[in-house]
Amino acid sequence: MSAFLAIVGRDLRLGFGAQGAMLTTLLFFVLAVSLFPLGVGPEPQILARIAAGVIWVAALLAAMLSLDRLFQTDQEDGTLDLLAQAPLPLGLVALAKTLAHWLTTGLPLSLIAPLLAILLQMDGAAIPVLLAALLLGTPSLSLIGAIGAALTLGAKRGAVLVPLLTLPLVIPVLIFGVGAVEAASYGLTAGPHLLLLGAFLAGALALSPFAIAGAIKLALE
Amino acid sequence: MFHALANPARFLRLMAVIRPWAAGVAIVGLAAGLGWGLLYSPPDYQQGETVRIMYIHVPAAWMGMFIYAAMAVASATALIWRHPVAELVAKASAPVGAVFTLICLLTGALWGKPMWGAWWVWDARLTSMLILFFIYLGYMALWEAFDDPARAGRAAAILALVGAVNLPIIKFSVDWWNTMHQPASVLTLAGPKIHPDILWPLLITALGAKGYYVWLLTLRVRAEILSRQARILRFAAATDRRAD
Repeated sequence: MSAFLAIVGRDLRLGFGAQGAMLTTLLFFVLAVSLFPLGVGPEPQILARIAAGVIWVAALLAAMLSLDRLFQTDQEDGTLDLLAQAPLPLGLVALAKTLAHWLTTGLPLSLIAPLLAILLQMDGAAIPVLLAALLLGTPSLSLIGAIGAALTLGAKRGAVLVPLLTLPLVIPVLIFGVGAVEAASYGLTAGPHLLLLGAFLAGALALSPFAIAGAIKLALE
Repeated sequence: MFHALANPARFLRLMAVIRPWAAGVAIVGLAAGLGWGLLYSPPDYQQGETVRIMYIHVPAAWMGMFIYAAMAVASATALIWRHPVAELVAKASAPVGAVFTLICLLTGALWGKPMWGAWWVWDARLTSMLILFFIYLGYMALWEAFDDPARAGRAAAILALVGAVNLPIIKFSVDWWNTMHQPASVLTLAGPKIHPDILWPLLITALGAKGYYVWLLTLRVRAEILSRQARILRFAAATDRRAD
C-alpha cells in the first residue's frame, strides 16, 4: 500500500509541477468549451440544449491530451523498468499511475465544469448531476486511456494513436454522462444513468489493470 | 491439431486445401444469392425495389461483426498460447472486416436516401457500425505503428480483446442513446417475419460472403507468412554481409 501511495505521490508532484500537464489540460478544457458559443451563436436556448454534450465531449478530448506521456516519460528514463521490478504487481503500479492521472486531469476538470455549465446556461438542477456524472465517468476515461497509452508505448505517432484507439471505446461514458445531465434538466431521475456510469467504472477498474500491465510488459521486453 | 497449426508450413498446406472450396462457396453463393435477390426476388410491399439493397447491406453487416468476433478469438489464441499463426489470422482479417463494415455503411447511406430522405441518419444500428469501423481502423493503425512485428502483433491482440469486451457495452449504450433521442426507426423488414422468397437469397448471399472471407483469409495469411519469411531472410542476408 505504501508503495502504491508512493507512486501516486510521485506522479502527483510531477503532474502539479511546472512540467506537469494539469494546467494545460484544464486550460484546453475551458478554451474548447468557450469556443462553442462562438461557433453556434450566443442564444441561451441553444447553449442550454447543447451544454451537457459540449462539456462532455470537451472532457473526453481533454482527458486524451496528456495520456500519451502517461508511461512514455517513465519508459524513456528507465523508471518503468524499475517500477516493473518493484514488489508491487505491475497491475497495481499501472493503477497507481492511472489514479494520479485522474487526480491531475479528470478531477480538476470535473470541479471546474459547473462553472462552465453556468456560462452555457445549463439548468441549475442539472449542475450537481453534471458534477456527479463527471466524477463517476472521468476515472473510466483515465483507465481506458491508460490501456491505449500502454499499448502505444514506443510506437510511431503514439500521440495521435492514443485518441484513435481510446475514443471509440469510451463512447458509453459519453452517452450515459450526457444522458444523466439531460434527464436531470428535463426533471427526470438521473439515477439509472449514474448507476450505469458506475457500473462501467467498476468494470474498467477490475479489468483494465490486466490489459495495461500486459501492454507494459510487452513494451519492456 | 491445434498446436500442429502453429507450424506455418503445415498451416500453409491446410490453407491450400481449404482455398478452392472456400472460393467455390464464395463464387456460387454470391452469384446465386445476389442473382436471386437482385433479379428474381419479389419487391417489398412498402419499400419497393430499394429493398434489394438489403441483399448486400445485411450480409456485409453480419460479416463486419462476424469478422471482429473471429479476430477476437484469434487474438485470444495468440495471447494465451503464443500461437504465431493466430496473430496473422487476426491481422489478415482486419482489413476484410473493415471493408465489409464500410460496405454496410455505404449501402446503408444509399438505402437511407430513398427510405428516410437523408443519406445519413443517426440510427442505432448505423451508429454502432460506424463505431465498429473506427475500432477496425484503430486496430490496423496499431499494427502499422511498430517496426517490430512481434511487438505490434501482441499489442494489437490486446487491443482486439479490449474492443471485444467493450463492443457489447457500446452497442447497448448506442441503443439506449438512440431510444432517448429519436423515435423508433422506420426501417422494418416488412414486419418481424421475413418472407422465404427474401430470406433464402439473403442467407445464400451471407454464406457466399463467409466463403469469400475464408478465401481471402487463406490468401492474406499466406502473404503474411511469406513476407515474414522474406523479412527474416533479408535480415539474415544483411547479417551475413556484415560478417564478411
